[in-house]
Amino acid sequence: MTQTAPSASRKFDVHALDGKLPAPEMRYDVVVVGGGPAGIAAARAAVAAGKTVLLVDENPVPGAAMGNDVPLFFGGRMTTATLQADRMVETVFTTEPALEAAMEDGVEVLLGTCAWGVYRNGPAFATLPENVVALADSARAWLVGYGELVLATGARDLAIGFPGWNQPGVMGAQALTMLLSRYEAFSGRRVLIVGSHDLALETALLARDKGVAVAGLVELRDAPQGSPDLVEAVRGAQIPILTGEVVARAEGGIDGVERAVLRSGAVIEADTICLAIGLIPAIELVDAMGAPRVLDAARGGHVPGPDAGLRFAGLCAGLPDTGFDHVAYRMDWARELGAVSAGDTIVCQCEEVTRADLIGVQPPNYLPRPDALQARSLCSLLADGPANQDQIKRLTRAGMGQCQGRRCRDQVAMILALEAGKPFGSIPLASHRVPVRPIPLRILADWEEDEAMRAGWDVWFGIPTQWTPYRDIGTEREREHQIAIAEGWSL
Amino acid sequence: MTYVGMPTPRETPQDTMARIADTARGMKVVIVGAGVSGLSAGWWLARSGAQVTVLDKGIVGWEASGRNGGGASHYQSPLFEEEQRMWPLMDELLGYPTEHSKERIVMAVTPKQLNQYHYLAKMNNDMGYRVDLLDGDQVRTMVPLAGDNCLGGMHYRFGGHANPQRTVQAYAWAIQDLGGRIVQHSPVTGFHTLGGKVVGVDSPTGRYDCDAVVVAAGPQITGLMAQLGVDVPLAAARAEMIVTEPAPMMPLGGVDGNGLYGRQTLRGNLAYGGGPHEWIDTLPGGPPGRPTSPLTRNLARRLAELLPKAAHLNVIRSWAGVIENSPDGRPIIDRMADPENVVVASMSGVGFGLSPASGHAVRDLVVEGRCTFTDIAKLSLSRFDGLAPNWREQQGWLSAA
Repeated sequence: MTQTAPSASRKFDVHALDGKLPAPEMRYDVVVVGGGPAGIAAARAAVAAGKTVLLVDENPVPGAAMGNDVPLFFGGRMTTATLQADRMVETVFTTEPALEAAMEDGVEVLLGTCAWGVYRNGPAFATLPENVVALADSARAWLVGYGELVLATGARDLAIGFPGWNQPGVMGAQALTMLLSRYEAFSGRRVLIVGSHDLALETALLARDKGVAVAGLVELRDAPQGSPDLVEAVRGAQIPILTGEVVARAEGGIDGVERAVLRSGAVIEADTICLAIGLIPAIELVDAMGAPRVLDAARGGHVPGPDAGLRFAGLCAGLPDTGFDHVAYRMDWARELGAVSAGDTIVCQCEEVTRADLIGVQPPNYLPRPDALQARSLCSLLADGPANQDQIKRLTRAGMGQCQGRRCRDQVAMILALEAGKPFGSIPLASHRVPVRPIPLRILADWEEDEAMRAGWDVWFGIPTQWTPYRDIGTEREREHQIAIAEGWSL
Repeated sequence: MTYVGMPTPRETPQDTMARIADTARGMKVVIVGAGVSGLSAGWWLARSGAQVTVLDKGIVGWEASGRNGGGASHYQSPLFEEEQRMWPLMDELLGYPTEHSKERIVMAVTPKQLNQYHYLAKMNNDMGYRVDLLDGDQVRTMVPLAGDNCLGGMHYRFGGHANPQRTVQAYAWAIQDLGGRIVQHSPVTGFHTLGGKVVGVDSPTGRYDCDAVVVAAGPQITGLMAQLGVDVPLAAARAEMIVTEPAPMMPLGGVDGNGLYGRQTLRGNLAYGGGPHEWIDTLPGGPPGRPTSPLTRNLARRLAELLPKAAHLNVIRSWAGVIENSPDGRPIIDRMADPENVVVASMSGVGFGLSPASGHAVRDLVVEGRCTFTDIAKLSLSRFDGLAPNWREQQGWLSAA
């Protein structure tokens, strides 16, 4: 590996990061993240223009990760077929024939490979040899350099909690679509769909086509929200659309959901409740790299802002603008599902944060709650200044779990906006962090790190005087300590 | 409670609180910076009866105070004994949980590390702080996630760790409960001086009149104090940490070594940092960003080596904080000669754990004019008199940008 030599013209802090970060092991003119139609098209266009192109797609993710709702909200409704890695790779190729065509064009394609971070020199960061995208598969992690980076990461499911949603069988529409049409690995038999916009209608028709019984669609507004031809098709398939209605709770047993109870009291037998309220452009990488983001209600909420160093393709750039106000629609759902929820309804599944504890800004159960703490709440925080979701996350742990906030970041933002009486988007969203996918230590680790990193390593700043006992400062002993301590650097 | 090897405190923390209760009654104090040092100072002053206003450019504990390893074991400091006296009582005194936990284990996976830790153990025992040496098997018994590669270690029978984010919020809330004010999103833009004193502090949220000022604004101290004609040499750097998903709880969460600092949180996550830092330029408004770097991978490696039985755990986030250091890496806690009612507090990268004591020292400087419980003369600003203006360059502490 090459190293950028620190300038010889000034004294160099051997414990500083300068010159220690490795150069990427490969470099491509164009790296495309996401192997859906938009990503494939971008990759093929680049190769046709004579560029070297790498296309990575995280699918298929390992079965264990799918159980943790990576990358979509699978809700535990996968069959064991998802545990067979070879079969899973095969299904990705057979369901996306353009992938093979892209490979024949000369695109290098890596499946089962996630992009977990993008590193760029910028504010407070100037020690990278060059900008890189960080990748990992099931064996290792590595860095790849790029001339141009295209993000085609798609969209993921918006989850909004209600009583009983934290059990197997509550899942998202994107996840259901992937299990049905790509992997043929959906374990449910009868599904109730929440929502009636195009996403919900299309999901209902797909499920019907794949032989899954569709118990109906639940729509809180007074009329179906999707395009008339899709509504017609769903009605023609004898699938009821229950308007003015909300799922009040999911009931079930050891295998998860068995039925849904609606606000009207109606009971609907279903082993799966599919949330099809909305899609969120998958901008975790954008957030984690500190790139700009804007709120566009017609395009699905938070979408990437203009960034000279990035290009976006497909749904991650924003949903197609059909004039539908996605944010107003999902806020209606958040309000109504909040109204049927109780204080003990879980919001953050990983950390088991309840709605009452989120709004009350209370700590997890393993900590005591003295009176002074119980008197604190979102209200008292708002009195101290504008609310900040990251601050509330730190105090309540909502969004701090192993799903990295993908299940609850947006619903926490909606709940906070509703409770604060402020428009969605006015409270800063919680941040996403690198790695934007959970990656085991042993895989993330750089087992071939450069000698400069090893030699210059120190536990803190590498300032020997910082570690001299106070009483020895200015004495003969100080020198002894400093020699002994400094010898211990680069442990 | 007292620690083995620690001198018996002359006074319980509760008795200290009772003794100081009215010593600053009526005094208006403005604290610049709602980090852990400023907040602790504000809390001690509010406990003394002062009318405390804490101003911050952003949110409580948003910089290094809320982004660190949570360690409370800087035994080199003259403030350490006071820190050890206070920490076990802080939850009760503040009224909010800090997740403070006692003691630490430091474990070696290379012979060089083991030698280093043995040196440090002797250094501590010489100071009267008890450190027990452990062999590999003893470490493996106490640290279930340790592996066959562990060669031994040491058990600090003192020190500990706490949750930085919960702690900073606890200080802030406790100040409010005592009648003080926390004004966020309120960067200080100027000072009013009269007769050798600062009598008012300006910010976009208004002018705050004061009898005394504490400047505890981390790297921004330099720019603020320059407005008062005082040179405070500090350099800022970015340092990084990683966090895993929860692991089974170990009997003692304060476990580190192999060039890492960190802890297992009470939730079970492993939160660890260490390794190279990046010097950056300081802007008046604070850091322009706090990005992490591919150093994440080197931290992952170190942690997998330290705790091999956790190597399968997922890393779920990384973060960075911006920390200031003085030229010798030691805190600056000092009351200025002119303006004479200004106290500067930079803890130079070792502030979190020492905070219960640093606040006491600052309170003493504000109210009594001197630190009453320990000698902090070697932490005075005057030790940098005559420092070369290009000291950052001479020490190699310049931004790579």
